[in-house]
Amino acid sequence: MSEYVLLSKLTKIYETPKGPAVIVRDFDLSIKKGEFVSLIGHSGCGKSTVLSMVAGLSEVTSGGVIIGGKEINGAGPDRGIVFQSPCLLPWLTAMENVMLGVDQVFYTAGKLERRQIAEYYLTLVGLGESLDKKPAELSQGMRQRVGIARAFSLSPKMLLLDEPFGMLDSLTRFELQQVLLELWRKDRKTALMVTHDVDEALFLSDRIVMMTNGPEAEVGEILEVPFPRPRDRKAVLEHPEYYKLREQLIGFLEERAHIRPEKKQMELHRVSMAEVPPTNLGSIDKNQTQPVELKS
Amino acid sequence: MNKENQFKFDWVILPLLAAVTVIVLWAMVSSIQGVSLPSPLKTWEASKLYILEPFAKRGELDQGILRFTWYSLVLVVKGYALALIVGTPLGFLLGVSKLFTKSLDPLIQVLRPVSPLAWLPLGLILFQKSEPAAIFTIAICAMWPTVLNTAMGVRAIPQDYLNVARVLKLSRSRTLFKILIPAALPYMFTGFRLSLGIAWLVIVAAEMLTGAPGVGGFLWQEYNSLIYEHIILCILTIGIIGFVLDRLMSLVEQRFKTA
Ligand SMILES: Nc1ncnc2c1ncn2[C@@H]1O[C@H](COP(=O)(O)OP(=O)(O)O)[C@@H](O)[C@H]1O
Ligand SMILES: [Mg+2]
Repeated sequence: MSEYVLLSKLTKIYETPKGPAVIVRDFDLSIKKGEFVSLIGHSGCGKSTVLSMVAGLSEVTSGGVIIGGKEINGAGPDRGIVFQSPCLLPWLTAMENVMLGVDQVFYTAGKLERRQIAEYYLTLVGLGESLDKKPAELSQGMRQRVGIARAFSLSPKMLLLDEPFGMLDSLTRFELQQVLLELWRKDRKTALMVTHDVDEALFLSDRIVMMTNGPEAEVGEILEVPFPRPRDRKAVLEHPEYYKLREQLIGFLEERAHIRPEKKQMELHRVSMAEVPPTNLGSIDKNQTQPVELKS
Repeated sequence: MNKENQFKFDWVILPLLAAVTVIVLWAMVSSIQGVSLPSPLKTWEASKLYILEPFAKRGELDQGILRFTWYSLVLVVKGYALALIVGTPLGFLLGVSKLFTKSLDPLIQVLRPVSPLAWLPLGLILFQKSEPAAIFTIAICAMWPTVLNTAMGVRAIPQDYLNVARVLKLSRSRTLFKILIPAALPYMFTGFRLSLGIAWLVIVAAEMLTGAPGVGGFLWQEYNSLIYEHIILCILTIGIIGFVLDRLMSLVEQRFKTA
């Protein structure tokens, strides 16, 4: 097995006035090159914490992250990051926002060549006409497109996405999932995405990692997603396994997320069902296509 | 009352009414026996020449009011420029470094309330000449709002923007010019505007003490020559110019607010 990204015993502890708060403990995960992995779990369980440790934006308390055989040390442009809000610099145009990173990574290339790289990715995400617009002139969906173009244009070793479509309406979200899938199909970047949207995870990923509830969150179960690629939404929804997998995910989040895997004493860490954020999932209708969100 | 009339009432009639009241009060006070305050009419009579021929130069001590104002403005611009050149980087250092803030903040808090009247003699001792002393005084009094607002602006930069710099591994200078400065610009301009107000406030004191030609110098000289009408002329001029400068700066400030 070719492990490309390895998260090993990743642990995050915050020092709080009430003593150390263990957010994530011994988080182990390996990702193959070109694999798309989603991280799913209840709000506040520590998904973003894991992602930002991989990004190098949040200090690792213990454990480590290896990408392409090298342990990471701090943030760097070898990881393309897309956050929930695109974090564009409002005083720069779409083009300039992308160029900021391209200039930095491809400093040996000529000016024209760098412009072409930025233009290429902005065109791929459908912003060929809006290169010179400032973020304030773009819709939220378009801003997120710039964010995606920026991440891909760095030609990173891997992509890190933290609920990249969480703030968008469902129509725009579908569009952008498609855009992301297209780009990913071209570049085959190893990707780790946080989401709380079960359908999004199923549509995009090769594997879905379900995280247990915090504190001391860790990997709960892992689901292999067997849908063939290239994927198309309709085919995925019609796949005979789709609803079985979906129920498996929802079942985990509803029933098993609070159960500690083996080793730990359950009594100590047990979270009562009442504390688990309510999920209004009810029965699942075969024809339902709306994404189900597991937000609290 | 419709909107337009309301506007007229609020912005024309009310201020006019207040101004007329003040002039009437002024006239009444000046008519009291034993008070040497010149009346509004006498003030106008004596100032007419200076206002109607604002750029005339009849002699070293006898020039149109805007000509004097021009001299003052030139001096203010020099002191103000110095304040920005020194104050902006200082503000950045304070904003970026906790160490700097901790060490310099008490000093700033102590120096900030010192009056220009206190700095000027020190300037004269340091520079021996009146113009550099005046520039020094303007700069040191006017720079604090720039320093403090710039520091506040740098501290207020959202973590998201700083993360962009971290992820892209931008060099220090690129981080400064591409991220820190643009992000802090709105705060910086608020500081620049407040600093300009102070610089203008200080000029008069500086000119009075150094005897440099300008509105402040003119005011002091006319006081010594017992031409009190011109004192009032100078006060009004200083006020109006200060107001205009503040308006202009806030236009610039607004432009950067939306950026
Ligand atoms: N600076 C901090 N100090 C203490 N606790 C924190 C801090 N930052 C985040 N947390 C806690 O870490 C937990 C996980 O947060 P996060 O990773 O953002 O969750 P998720 O992305 O899964 O919704 C939350 O319960 C949050 O309260
Ligand atoms: Mg999160």
